[in-house]
Amino acid sequence: MAVAEQDTAVRTGGITRAFIYGILLLFMFFYLMPLFVMIANSLKPLAEITGGNMMALPDTWTAEPWRQAWSSAQIGVEPTGLKPYFINSILMVVPSVAISTVLGALNGYVLTKWSFRGDKIIFGLLLFSCFIPFQIVLIPMATVLGKLGLAGSIPGLILVHVVYGIGFSTLYYRNYYAAFPTELVRAAMIDGAGFFRIFWRIMLPVSGPITVVCVIWQFTNIWNDFLFGASFGGQTQPMTVALNNLVQSSTGVKEYNVHFAGAILAALPTLLVYIVAGRYFVRGLMAGSVKG
Amino acid sequence: MAQRAPEADFRTRLQEWIPKLVLSPSLAAMLVFVYGFIALTIYLSVSDSKMLPSYDLVGFENYAKLWNLSAWWTAVVNLLIFSSLYIGICTAIGLTLAILLDQKIRGEGILRPIYLYPMALSFIVTGTAWKWIMDPGIGIENTMHLWGWASFEFNWIKDRDMAIYTVVIAAVWQTSGFVMAMFLAGLRGIDNEILKAAQIDGASNWSLYRRIVIPLLRPAFLSAFVILAHLAVKSYDLIIALTGGGPGRATELPATFMYSYTFTRNSMGIGAASAVIMLMTIAAIMTPYLYAELKEKK
Repeated sequence: MAVAEQDTAVRTGGITRAFIYGILLLFMFFYLMPLFVMIANSLKPLAEITGGNMMALPDTWTAEPWRQAWSSAQIGVEPTGLKPYFINSILMVVPSVAISTVLGALNGYVLTKWSFRGDKIIFGLLLFSCFIPFQIVLIPMATVLGKLGLAGSIPGLILVHVVYGIGFSTLYYRNYYAAFPTELVRAAMIDGAGFFRIFWRIMLPVSGPITVVCVIWQFTNIWNDFLFGASFGGQTQPMTVALNNLVQSSTGVKEYNVHFAGAILAALPTLLVYIVAGRYFVRGLMAGSVKG
Repeated sequence: MAQRAPEADFRTRLQEWIPKLVLSPSLAAMLVFVYGFIALTIYLSVSDSKMLPSYDLVGFENYAKLWNLSAWWTAVVNLLIFSSLYIGICTAIGLTLAILLDQKIRGEGILRPIYLYPMALSFIVTGTAWKWIMDPGIGIENTMHLWGWASFEFNWIKDRDMAIYTVVIAAVWQTSGFVMAMFLAGLRGIDNEILKAAQIDGASNWSLYRRIVIPLLRPAFLSAFVILAHLAVKSYDLIIALTGGGPGRATELPATFMYSYTFTRNSMGIGAASAVIMLMTIAAIMTPYLYAELKEKK
C-alpha cells in the first residue's frame, strides 16, 4: 500500500484541530473503557463492585478473582476453573492452524503456478465457503462427527476448524503468490526442478510475511470460535464456551470480578498476538475484504 | 538417451499430476463438508426431520411453518433493525475516524491500534464485558448515580423493546475500528494531486470531501457494507453472551433461532429451513461481490 505524502491534508485552523483531537480522544476512551472496566474490576473484591463504582480503580487490590477464574471457579458442574478449557483451546488451535496453513500454502501455489482448466471455479467455490453462515453445516456435521466417533473430542474440533479454515488460508496464499513472478518458476522447471522442490526452494523462502498473516488470522478465528465449540465440544469445550458457562451460570452469587478475570484470560492470547504483531493482523483483515 | 525416455516420460506425467493430487484433499473436503453439507441441509429443510434427521420429504411445509412462527418473525425483524443500525453506525464512525485520522494527526500510531484492538477479541469476551457494563445494577447507570446524576436511567438490556439496541452498541464497539481501517486504506490510496488541484480551485474542506473524496471511496464503502452485512447475518456468539436472546425472546436473531429450533426444540426441519434462508441472504450479498472481485483480478 503506497502511503502518499500527506502534505495536502485539509487546511485547518486551531479550533478545528482542537475539535478533531477532542473527537479522536473521545473515541479512544470509548474503545478503551471496556478493557479498563474488565481489568480494574478483576482486581477488586466482589463487595467493591456490587457496592461501589465500576469505573473506579480498586481500593483493595486482590489477585484472588484471577486465581479463582483460573483454577477453582464453577464451570458447568465442576469447580475446575478455566484452566482445563484453556488447555483444550491450545490443543485444538495449534494443530488446526498448522494444518490449515500448510494446506492453504500448497493450494495457493497450485492455483497460481500450476493453473489448469477449472482452477478459477475451484477458487471461487473455496472463496464462497469462507463466508457461509455455519448454521448451514451444523446438522450434517453433527451427524458425521458422530459417525466418525469424533463428536465431543479435540480431533473432531480440529477437523472442523481445518475444513472451514482452508478457504481463508488458500485465499491469502493465492493472492500473495499471484504477485510472485511466474517466470522464476518457469525457469526452475526448465532446469528440471519438480513441484515440491520449487515450492521448497523458491516459494517458501518468500512466504514469511503471508505466513505470519495467515497464522495470526487462523489463530484468532479459531481461538475465538464459539459456535463449533459449543456444538461439537462435548466434554472438551474450548475457552470461549467455558467462559460463557461461567458467566451465564444461574446458581449462587454472580461473581463479577471472577467473570472479568475469566474474560481477560480468554482474550489474552489473541490480545497478545495483536500487541506483538498487530500490523499483520490488520493486513489479514484487509486481505479478506479489500481489493489487494 | 533411448533408455531414459520412458522414465522421463513417467516423470513428466507424474509432474502433471502432482499439483492436482496436492489440491485434491482440500477440494474433496470442500465438496463434502461445504457444498455436500449445504445440499444435505437443503434436503433436510424439505424433510419431516424432528429430533433426528429423517429423509421423508414433505415439500415446503417447513418453510410455511417457519414463516408462520412469531418467533421467526421476531428474529427477522430484529435482524433488520440490528443490521441496518450496525452497518449504518459502523460506517459513520469508521468514515469519521478515518477522515479525522488522515489530518496529519500526532499520535496516529497509538490511536489506530487502540481503535482496532476489539477486533482481536472473541464476541464472547465483548458480550461479557458489555453485559455487566450495561447492567443497571452495577454498570453505567450505577456509576452515573454515584457521580451525582441521580435521574440517569440506562436499563435497555432489561427492557424488551430496547434490548436489541444494546446488541448494536456492543457490536459497533467491536467492529467500527475495522471499518475505520478500511476507509483509512482507501483514503491513503487517493492521489494527492487530485486533492491539490481541487484546493487550488478553491474548494472548501467540506465540499472537497463531499464532492471528491467520498465518491472516490466507493470501493471501500462497498467492501465495508458486504463485510458488515455478512457479519450481521452470522451474529450468534454476541447475542448468546450479551443477552442470551432475552429478555424473553426480545433479541433472538435467525442464528440463535436456528440453533434452538434444531437442537433444543426438536424441530430440525424448521431449523434447517431457517439455515437455508440465512445462506440465501448471505449468498445474495456475497456472490455478486466475489464475482466482481474475481473478474477484476484476471
